[in-house]
Amino acid sequence: MDFGLSEEQRLLHESLVRYLEAEVPVSRVREIAARDDGHDPALWSKLAEMGVLGVLVPEAAGGSGLGLLDAAVAATALGRCVAPAAFLGTAVMAVIALREAGSDAQRSEWMSRIAAGEVRIAVAATELFARRAGTGFHAESGKLSGRSILVLDACADAILCPTPDGRIALVASDAPGLGVEPVETIDRTRRFAEIVAENVAPTEWLGGGEARPGALRRMIDAGRVIVAADALGASERALEKAVAYARERVQFGRPIGSFQAVKHLCAEMAAELEPARSLVWYAAHAFDAIPAEASLVAAHAKAHLCEIGTFIVRTATEVHGGIGFTDAHDLHLWFKRVGADRQMLGSPDAAREDAARQQGWV
Amino acid sequence: MDLSYSPRHEAFRAEVRDFLERHRAEALTALLGVDAGTARERALAWQRLLIEHGYAARTIPKEYGGHGAAPDLLERVILDEEFNRAGVSRGIGGQGPDMLVPTLLEHGNEEQKRSYIAPTIRGEIIWCQGYSEPGAGSDLAAVQTRAVEDGDDFVVNGQKIWTTTAHLAHMMFGLIRTEPEASKHAGLSYLLIPMQTPGIEVRPLGTMTGHSEFNEVFFTDVRVPKRNVVGRRGEGWKIANTTLKHERNLLASSALLEGSLLRLIDLLERTETESGRAIDRPGIRDRLLRLQARVLAMRCHSLRMLTCGIKGEWPGTAGLVTKLAGCEISHQIAGLAIDALAETGILYGEGAKAQAARTWQAHYMFSLGLIIGGGTAQIQKNIIAERGLGLPREPRA
Ligand SMILES: Cc1cc2nc3c(=O)[nH]c(=O)nc-3n(C[C@H](O)[C@H](O)[C@H](O)COP(=O)(O)OP(=O)(O)OC[C@H]3O[C@@H](n4cnc5c(N)ncnc54)[C@H](O)[C@@H]3O)c2cc1C
Repeated sequence: MDFGLSEEQRLLHESLVRYLEAEVPVSRVREIAARDDGHDPALWSKLAEMGVLGVLVPEAAGGSGLGLLDAAVAATALGRCVAPAAFLGTAVMAVIALREAGSDAQRSEWMSRIAAGEVRIAVAATELFARRAGTGFHAESGKLSGRSILVLDACADAILCPTPDGRIALVASDAPGLGVEPVETIDRTRRFAEIVAENVAPTEWLGGGEARPGALRRMIDAGRVIVAADALGASERALEKAVAYARERVQFGRPIGSFQAVKHLCAEMAAELEPARSLVWYAAHAFDAIPAEASLVAAHAKAHLCEIGTFIVRTATEVHGGIGFTDAHDLHLWFKRVGADRQMLGSPDAAREDAARQQGWV
Repeated sequence: MDLSYSPRHEAFRAEVRDFLERHRAEALTALLGVDAGTARERALAWQRLLIEHGYAARTIPKEYGGHGAAPDLLERVILDEEFNRAGVSRGIGGQGPDMLVPTLLEHGNEEQKRSYIAPTIRGEIIWCQGYSEPGAGSDLAAVQTRAVEDGDDFVVNGQKIWTTTAHLAHMMFGLIRTEPEASKHAGLSYLLIPMQTPGIEVRPLGTMTGHSEFNEVFFTDVRVPKRNVVGRRGEGWKIANTTLKHERNLLASSALLEGSLLRLIDLLERTETESGRAIDRPGIRDRLLRLQARVLAMRCHSLRMLTCGIKGEWPGTAGLVTKLAGCEISHQIAGLAIDALAETGILYGEGAKAQAARTWQAHYMFSLGLIIGGGTAQIQKNIIAERGLGLPREPRA
């Protein structure tokens, strides 16, 4: 028994960070983020080659057949490097949806394409957390209609569209009757869109279109853990940047990191971050190994990491002074990455309310 | 990551449950803080029973009176969970078993280990920690209480303060200046001092809780045998820091946090006013959920730190944050309980009506004491920043 990452997991993290820092440094991230599609085919194929896209895909379908903790380790590396890669939607939420709701044929076809990096899949799940008038999907005689206002990892080949009762459609982005409107957000390292469907014929109804609320739940739980891991990686890097800056910037004739006001901000960030890191690992592990706790812990991990992540990125910015507020300095990329993580798949209060519901408190 | 319960662990859990069931009558209720004064005989008997079954002093070697088990994460988790669920005390802890014993195991000589560990874990020797002085709190290495050699003894003069349980203690482990010529940190020794020795005077200090948990201790020509030095002379600073490391983990134990959280949830589910249960109030519920996430994170953190300990891995900055994070959560748990009780949260009298408020108010105050004791929150932040993150040290005033 052992609470921590395995040697393989540490290696996965290390090699992914080494690759990203060398080949996709922030200057490159900015270039990719400035494109319309925000996509870098070279990065995407490399992630396929490294087994990152197929991390959850069974070996039989060309993946690595690993668990959510391995995916979380990869997500931490991606968040750390503010990588512009649609990992969450494609490699995690779509794979879990296929695994939990797809037919054998759907699973093997789509999963092998995901692992090979041949397809990107967006997720239109916002309406599961916050229904607004005139949004959400419904199905009628096999056709999908409705609207989703904030599709995750958009600019994809296909979009997963769940209905509130738990049917999951996979719709081609260029399907007749589907309108896809890119949405600009604070976080340019990932893509979002609003979509409108009018009697669209999905490419697939997962599992023949049967309602599978349990599958949806699993997809969301996995997504929440991965968002938490992304926020963990981004916060960790923001803290390191603050510490490095505090050691080097001199005012009043001494490094600002020797002033307690600054030193204590750094200590507070570290004291928030480290226990939260353990929570992410546990939530990811629980997803595969402790099913009775998985949903509750995923909701807590999502809410908590986004709370402490928000505290860390704003505090790290403060430690940088004026330079931290500039566009030229890169720190705001991390600030915005966590800012987007915070609102995805249920904002912290929505995730906590979900945790309350699961314990019978509402 | 492997937290799977083997059949051996399942059997262990069943055994612990069965034990708690069978001994419901003599089991002690779990309470926050050290209260060695009440029902001492009962506490000692409970402790003996726990050691006999290996539920206390589980990993202390057999030759020193412990159970001699190899450290096992899941066994520890099971014990925490089952005792918490039953609301039963894990036995006698505090300065002796949780702080001095690990220090002696690391730095004591064979004679010291043989003399002190067994009676300490059984609760027969109560210890107090004589570090702080009026002029040496956060700046602990500034202690002035001094010991001068005289034959086979040291002769100690000076004063300690804030000494928890000194009024009940049989022994003190103290930080005493033995080498006046040496530099500040190199002049200290770690001394084991029998509290019955002539020349020691203990004066209780009332605290904000209304009790006297700590004391002033005065030394006038107190003779302490030289063999009572732990480690070498002049090594006191290093050894005192070993004890402090254990203290900081103890003060922020995640098992205690989990126990407090369970009692908080119970309170929120039961406390009713006309507008419903406390947990139905959205503001209260949201605070509970935030704390629940934090306690869960601390539980995971503690499993991670234990794993590092068992594997002998250096946990880095993560190993320094436990006290700061945990003590704050404990204080907030009590704060929420008091708010849930609303106006009646301030009751502090005797009697059944005041019981919940009294307990939580005492917890609220005591946990603030723990934020200060064992190295204040500000000192913890200095340690995290300087030793963990490598930020520059404070320039000397
Ligand atoms: C409930 C309780 C039980 C205790 N039990 C024991 C015991 O059994 N044995 C024992 O030896 N001691 C014990 N103590 C003493 C405790 O360790 C000290 O109170 C503590 O270390 C602080 O020292 P001080 O009281 O002298 O405060 P000070 O050191 O004077 O601190 C006052 C304030 O100044 C701040 N401060 C001081 N130095 C710095 C710095 N360098 N940077 C930033 N801020 C600073 C502190 O954080 C604090 O806010 C106990 C204390 C409490 C409250």
